[in-house]
Amino acid sequence: MKVSMTVNGNDVTNEIEPRVLLVHYIREVLGLTGTHWGCDTSNCGTCVVLMDGQPVKSCTVLAAMAAGHDIRTVEGLASGGSLDPVQQGFMEEHGLQCGFCTSGMMLTARALLDKNPHPDATEIRQAISGQICRCTGYATIVRSVQWAAAHPAGTGVDDAPAADEVLDGTDTPVPDFATEIVDTEVKA
Amino acid sequence: MQIPAPFDYVRASSVDNALELLQRHGTESRVIAGGHSLLPMMKLRLARPEWLIDINDLYELDFILRDGDTLRIGAMTRHTTLLESDEIAGIFPIVRDAESVIADPIVRNRGTIGGSLCQADPAEDLSTVCDVLGAEAVIRGPAGERILTMADFHRGPYETAVGQDELLCELRFPLRPRSSSAYEKVERRVGDWAVGAAGAAITLAADGTISDAAVGLTALGLDGTLAEAADVLRGRHPAEELFVEAGRLAAAACDPVDDQRGPVDYKRHLADELTRRVLRLACTRAAKTQEG
Ligand SMILES: Cc1cc2nc3c(=O)[nH]c(=O)nc-3n(C[C@H](O)[C@H](O)[C@H](O)COP(=O)(O)OP(=O)(O)OC[C@H]3O[C@@H](n4cnc5c(N)ncnc54)[C@H](O)[C@@H]3O)c2cc1C
Ligand code: FES
Ligand code: FES
Repeated sequence: MKVSMTVNGNDVTNEIEPRVLLVHYIREVLGLTGTHWGCDTSNCGTCVVLMDGQPVKSCTVLAAMAAGHDIRTVEGLASGGSLDPVQQGFMEEHGLQCGFCTSGMMLTARALLDKNPHPDATEIRQAISGQICRCTGYATIVRSVQWAAAHPAGTGVDDAPAADEVLDGTDTPVPDFATEIVDTEVKA
Repeated sequence: MQIPAPFDYVRASSVDNALELLQRHGTESRVIAGGHSLLPMMKLRLARPEWLIDINDLYELDFILRDGDTLRIGAMTRHTTLLESDEIAGIFPIVRDAESVIADPIVRNRGTIGGSLCQADPAEDLSTVCDVLGAEAVIRGPAGERILTMADFHRGPYETAVGQDELLCELRFPLRPRSSSAYEKVERRVGDWAVGAAGAAITLAADGTISDAAVGLTALGLDGTLAEAADVLRGRHPAEELFVEAGRLAAAACDPVDDQRGPVDYKRHLADELTRRVLRLACTRAAKTQEG
């Protein structure tokens, strides 16, 4: 069957089998592998994308059901060359380690801040309670979202670096702590 | 990778159209609402429909409406909408109590009240909520509309009175003055199905005695509401010894199964303790509506 939807502002149309899940459509048909896929059972939340602005578990939505809707994935967070404050917050506050849960966490955070620009820590924890992070213990994720809340886009506070600077591996600045670790290892 | 077996997909554009599609595609067709019970079952091949009829475009079934002395909730109303509705929380606080512990916020963005009731999992929290609130189910089919009490709606685990060619369209809840309600659930971890849960609805008479009461249990092996508990409570002033007696009756009447969520004696203990708690809370809340 033919499905059409908007993904990160672009209109896409593809011929797919009705049984294709939205997560596989996004990753395999559209090639947007920033959306991760984990438990398959609507429990882990790594597959979260925004559908009409609301977080949904894309392993439990058919691509056919998303047709006609507006989908936003992690690739659509940065805009106009700037990182979303949520992305910037995850950098500032070390909101990730392995990064497996991160795209889902950031999209839920974006949806939360759109609805409630000043959530407290409990509200942030509730919002991400359907998503599992096996690395951070959540504390740094909560701080990252709080950072984003304190630095909404366009306020000019702590200007976020241009998206291409960060996303294009060649220009990625190596954080100080990383050089320190490398140095220690070399010396040892 | 868990992927459903192949099927054909069609979107219904209205209730009439959905009914027409169910008839046209016959016994192997099934409607999909939020899909958060059906798709997991299809991935596991516990369900294998040949046709999926998507009813997510039926916005006409997504409503919360006060209509005289009835509150009407459309079958496509999502868990999130129910949780966030201040109007419902004011009339039936049990709904917010239950919704805040149904799955997680993201699942709640998709799952619907109609899907929950039609799924009829013994651990479905909204089934108990509808039972104790005395809801009626409005069902439409080729022969027209029929309205069933919850006792007639439920047929057992994963089974309801909704026929293959029918659609659950709305739930109707009677509004009663001096009434309130409460729900409490014990879960192993946030977002999980209940180990056990209890719900209660209480109506007070003008003199402060209990004029009507309903107690229901989730995942503890009790069908419908517990008539014995209601008998004990009716005509009496709310008091701790009544709640204790109702809890004892609930523990005796339920029939929980031993599974990975806990042994039978623990679940009976939950039936007892949770029944007391929800009755206490529902009575306190009902008394407040009387003051106001
Ligand atoms: C991770 C996870 C945790 C969960 N935890 C809980 C929990 O703690 N408590 C709880 O109560 N639920 C829980 N659920 C279930 C959740 O509430 C589901 O959303 C709900 O059971 C089904 O609603 P749905 O709209 O997704 O239905 P669907 O999956 O779309 O449909 C379920 C069934 O109902 C039928 N159906 C749906 N709508 C209609 C209609 N209008 N008329 C006729 N038939 C219809 C379908 O054909 C299907 O057979 C959980 C789900 C998940 C994925
Ligand atoms: S892959 Fe979707 S919730 Fe885990
Ligand atoms: S950063 Fe590794 S799972 Fe969250």
